[in-house]
Amino acid sequence: MNNAVLTANFRKQFPGGPEIVADNLHIGAGITVLFGASGSGKTTVLRCLAGLEMPDDGEIKFAGEVWYRKSRKRKANSQDLFLPSRKRQVGFVPQDYALFPHLTVAGNIGYGLNELPDAERAARVAETLRWLGLDGLEHRLPRELSGGQQQRVALARAVVRRPKLLLLDEPLAALDTPTRLRLRGELRQLLRQLGIPTILVTHDRFEALALGDDVVVLHDGRNVQQGDASKVFSRPENLAVAEITAIETIQAGTILETRDGLATVAVGDAQLIALAEDLPADAREVYVCIRAEDVILMRADTVQSSPRNRWAATVLSLVREGSLVRVNLDCGFPLAAFLTQSACADLGLHAGTPVVALVKAPQVHLIPFVR
Amino acid sequence: MSGADWQLVGFSLRMAFASLLLILPVGLALAWWLARKTWRGKALVETLVTLPLVLPPVVTGLVLLQLFGRRGPVGGWLHQAFGIDVVFTWRAVALALAAMSLPLFVRAARTAFEEVDVKFEQLARTLGAGEWRVFFTITLPLAKRGVLAGTLLAFARALGEFGATIMVAGNIPGRTTTLPVAIYAAVQNGEDAHAWTLAGVSAVIAFAAVFVSENLQQRRK
Repeated sequence: MNNAVLTANFRKQFPGGPEIVADNLHIGAGITVLFGASGSGKTTVLRCLAGLEMPDDGEIKFAGEVWYRKSRKRKANSQDLFLPSRKRQVGFVPQDYALFPHLTVAGNIGYGLNELPDAERAARVAETLRWLGLDGLEHRLPRELSGGQQQRVALARAVVRRPKLLLLDEPLAALDTPTRLRLRGELRQLLRQLGIPTILVTHDRFEALALGDDVVVLHDGRNVQQGDASKVFSRPENLAVAEITAIETIQAGTILETRDGLATVAVGDAQLIALAEDLPADAREVYVCIRAEDVILMRADTVQSSPRNRWAATVLSLVREGSLVRVNLDCGFPLAAFLTQSACADLGLHAGTPVVALVKAPQVHLIPFVR
Repeated sequence: MSGADWQLVGFSLRMAFASLLLILPVGLALAWWLARKTWRGKALVETLVTLPLVLPPVVTGLVLLQLFGRRGPVGGWLHQAFGIDVVFTWRAVALALAAMSLPLFVRAARTAFEEVDVKFEQLARTLGAGEWRVFFTITLPLAKRGVLAGTLLAFARALGEFGATIMVAGNIPGRTTTLPVAIYAAVQNGEDAHAWTLAGVSAVIAFAAVFVSENLQQRRK
């Protein structure tokens, strides 16, 4: 990410809490997802960027403008700087929206436009209401709105000022599941239309993949990997990221040989083939990562097929996960596959069924084991 | 109730209102300061603000007499610079009432401010609002009920104030005499019936103020 609009390097520790470190954070102009488990420091990082928390030391720069700077060594310095929230021109949407309970929808949305003449403010509010499909709700109070409507009012209030940076903290977490799924696609479209650099916090990897161009993975208060969203999720750089991104199958393996850019790896009682391009030449011990949605199951191994990895396997158990079924297999090592329910029915799968599992070599990701 | 009695009631009400005008700016600032900021010596200010609640009112009156008397530091300056005398005038009445009811107001307003979630104030700041705007458009409206209840309590307390008033303002009929002072004087003069009439009026006003104040606090929950 060379065309970063925001760079941040800072530390923040609350009394008695873990240290949160933004280590060389680069945020691009698109939608960046801060991804991590709860307690990994996502919200703290976001609040520091919004100017609602002051880091202990470090630097935050946005588009060439210094928002925060404090050196680690000296106590006070003329170079020290903290640009308060109200001067950062950010649009901030907290997890619970924090809609002003005593103001109407129009009052909430127009709050940040008080410096505009009345007529212009009203026009901007009306335009934003229309854009977000909130027409007719302008005189309602926040408590008279549904969760989805509240979410859009919070977004409207943040974007109506045309901020330079949009910060969203778990924008969908407060909603029930059907509404969340419906608004996920809608939110992505709205953010695309806006074209404002956006940082979005989430702990949901489907949300991260659906909404983010880039992903920053936070673990134990530190950003551990950042990059293109689909790449981070399919090619985690280390075990921690693989675990946070919830790759279903992570197994320790040993590289037997590397030839023509392909590695042969022993895992449990089985062997597999994977791309070796990103591996250091001396790597021997590796973690093998396979996403459950990349595993194909067949009843009989009769036809020719292109995937290089094919294992005779036994179904151990079937677990429903939303609209999919997670099939736990033993193929010499534990392997998980996601199938639709109809696929499960067609194959007549139940515990004990013998099957053949197929995985294409590029979909097996190897992480070198670091001692 | 004679014409003089009605005048007395009117004067007492006007003085209670005047004390509110003194209390509101000082009390709101103090309450906000105590609710939102931490600083060295905060405990000292907290104690000083609460002190008039527990001190004998005549002691508060004595302190005010010293400060605002013509030879006192504040009173002397007011007399020389503006020719304003405080002690034994209606100004002393308003001042005594304000000093005695300020603690009640500050306690109520402080609690009301503390109950306002700072997330609303923080969000207002991200929307470009400065501290004054945050206070008047977010904090104060959200703390409205508690602040109003505190105002009514302070008002009721002011109407009943006796000890501090008599020390700094005395009992000059038609000029500094308030309801409680008049009741005391009536009993001293053996006019028990008159005292009971004035006591009844006091009770009605106090009842109304506390009743409304309680209602406001109940509805807040």
